[in-house]
Amino acid sequence: MKEIKVRTISDMLASGETPEILFWVGCSGSFDDRAKKITKAIVRILNHVNMKFAILGTEEGCSGDPAKRSGNEFLFQMQAMQNITVLNGYGIKKIVTGCPHCFNTLKNEYPALGGNYEVIHHTQLVQQLLDQGKLSVQGGAFKGKKIVYHDPCYLGRANEVYEAPREVIQKLDAELSEMKRSRAKGLCCGAGGAQMFKEAEKGNKEVNVERAEEALASNPDVIAVACPFCNTMMTDGVKYFNKENQTKVLDVAELIANANDL
Amino acid sequence: MISAIVFLLLLAASVWLFSKNVHKIRRNILLGKALDRSDNPALRWKTMLLVAIGQGKMFTRPLSAAMHILVYVGFVLINIEVLEMLVDGAFNTHRAFSVLGGFYNFLIGFFEILALGVFIGVVVFWLRRNVVKVKRFLNAELNGWPRFDANAILITEMVLMSALMLMNGADQNLQARGNEHYVQAGSFPVSSFFAPMMSGLSDGTLIFIERFCWWLHIIGIFAFLNYLPYSKHLHILLAFPNTYYSNLKAKGEINTLDSVTDVVAPNFDPAYQAKTDPNNPQRFGVKDVLDLNWKNLLDAYTCTECGRCTSACPQNITGKKLSPRKIMMDTRDRLEEVGKNMDKNKGVFVEDGKSLLGDYINSEEIWACNTCNACVQECPVNIDPLAIIIEMRRYLVMEQSQSPAELNGMFANIENNSAPWQFSPADRANWIQD
Repeated sequence: MKEIKVRTISDMLASGETPEILFWVGCSGSFDDRAKKITKAIVRILNHVNMKFAILGTEEGCSGDPAKRSGNEFLFQMQAMQNITVLNGYGIKKIVTGCPHCFNTLKNEYPALGGNYEVIHHTQLVQQLLDQGKLSVQGGAFKGKKIVYHDPCYLGRANEVYEAPREVIQKLDAELSEMKRSRAKGLCCGAGGAQMFKEAEKGNKEVNVERAEEALASNPDVIAVACPFCNTMMTDGVKYFNKENQTKVLDVAELIANANDL
Repeated sequence: MISAIVFLLLLAASVWLFSKNVHKIRRNILLGKALDRSDNPALRWKTMLLVAIGQGKMFTRPLSAAMHILVYVGFVLINIEVLEMLVDGAFNTHRAFSVLGGFYNFLIGFFEILALGVFIGVVVFWLRRNVVKVKRFLNAELNGWPRFDANAILITEMVLMSALMLMNGADQNLQARGNEHYVQAGSFPVSSFFAPMMSGLSDGTLIFIERFCWWLHIIGIFAFLNYLPYSKHLHILLAFPNTYYSNLKAKGEINTLDSVTDVVAPNFDPAYQAKTDPNNPQRFGVKDVLDLNWKNLLDAYTCTECGRCTSACPQNITGKKLSPRKIMMDTRDRLEEVGKNMDKNKGVFVEDGKSLLGDYINSEEIWACNTCNACVQECPVNIDPLAIIIEMRRYLVMEQSQSPAELNGMFANIENNSAPWQFSPADRANWIQD
């Protein structure tokens, strides 16, 4: 695999350049071993189309989403204002995020605290690149494969982005299969609302098992996701059913990067 | 003459009682905190038109949507006939609108078909609850009064529609016999099927049946009107304002607490001007109904307990205690309790040592939520149970410091490392080299 080229915003501005877009990596994409691969897939796509992008690097901090959804508005606003101070300091106008939770928070909850940016999710960016012809899908790595797409709540219902990831998947010449509960009726993977960070309450099933069962019902080759937390939950769910050899859980960005052998 | 007086007294009493109860509900809703939903009236009217009048969100479940349309259209349009009954009752006339001639005949025939539609719809609804036992009608929060309420509504509607049909059946027999009070009017595409079965009855019996059903129908309507304020059926009125005042923002956005911004922002901007009144500090989050805003309370009164929210909730599906419908039902029950407390105490709420969180909703329910917005998406009248859940988490975290231990760990990590896990912020960009 080729080297990835990533520059920080401070480095870029120091050499008198400005980025087209800031890539907001997110905590999961920075620290979680599985999610780091998604981050790199996004970077490979950006490198491939020669997009001039920058990251905040060590100046990035948690968006505050899990704190806000847990009811800790103080901690959320502290995080948000720290990030907004950094972003505004660098004069950032446009942001692409690798995570629907960061996407939602930056897009919808930062404006009230003084952070106004054009924020898009990485699946939207990939779709734009495909539409503009800057990116095309070569090779048939996924040709004829059955791919079932799981809607992340914070991309789907929360922000009504249902089509971008699907249109990207359809470019792969794959068979896009839908679960009964999809789009606005999509079932959560079980991670949202800070559930990722705690044990579930008493019940008779884990949410990710319920969702993985539904996704596996059509025996797909790939469960496509667009959120690092969904990725974790669905991967665990697939393992629960001992199907990890038949069904891979991959991010939409990884599908494109793998198909193009980036 | 006497019947007209009796009728007018009943009418006046029912309107008076209804407006008194509506006034109380309005007062209870306005006990909620301020919230500005006056922006963008054009989009608000459009939302109401699509969601409430057009029932746009019902159709994700086609069978119940189709039956509901029958009952809804029937109920709205048959009220035109009730208008005639009001005139007949007040002026002791019979079928006062028959002067409309052919158009009247068409209307009466049309209403009969609608009434049949309502009857079928209501029977299907009753079967779904009591025979088919659709899962969302079996949850524990419906035990007792809510289940009785639901069946009472359905049976009342069956009785009202049967009375209308039976009245027409007797009426057309009397018309055929040339009884001078029973003018030749109307067409009876439905009741004519069973009218011949009444042909052997005497004039007196037929008049008794016709009058009895007429009074049953109109008194039934007066009673039903006054039952609404005590029932989940109030949605037939509140669905309209509730959808008008919908949240128009992205579902993913959770409101910003200005009271918190006032504390946090000066650390970043010394020139920051406070948005809330420091002399009137408010509780962070929600402990009791009076901490909620008026839209949360309107939501609670609008809920008709259909349970679509709960049937879409990932946590409820997997057997957890959380049920978004129960959150709304509890909110309404507690608000009613607060309202009755005020009625007893000259309009002032006297502390009763109870609260919504604790006595009605417990923290296990609140902490189970995925904030996935499935309940918000599902609600056919745009109720937002998630808003209430988030506010209660805020109270538990910021006022009580009662969050689950793992979440406290996550908070500490964000505070110290700027990530929800224990990683050093200095290592944030290490993935590039990995």
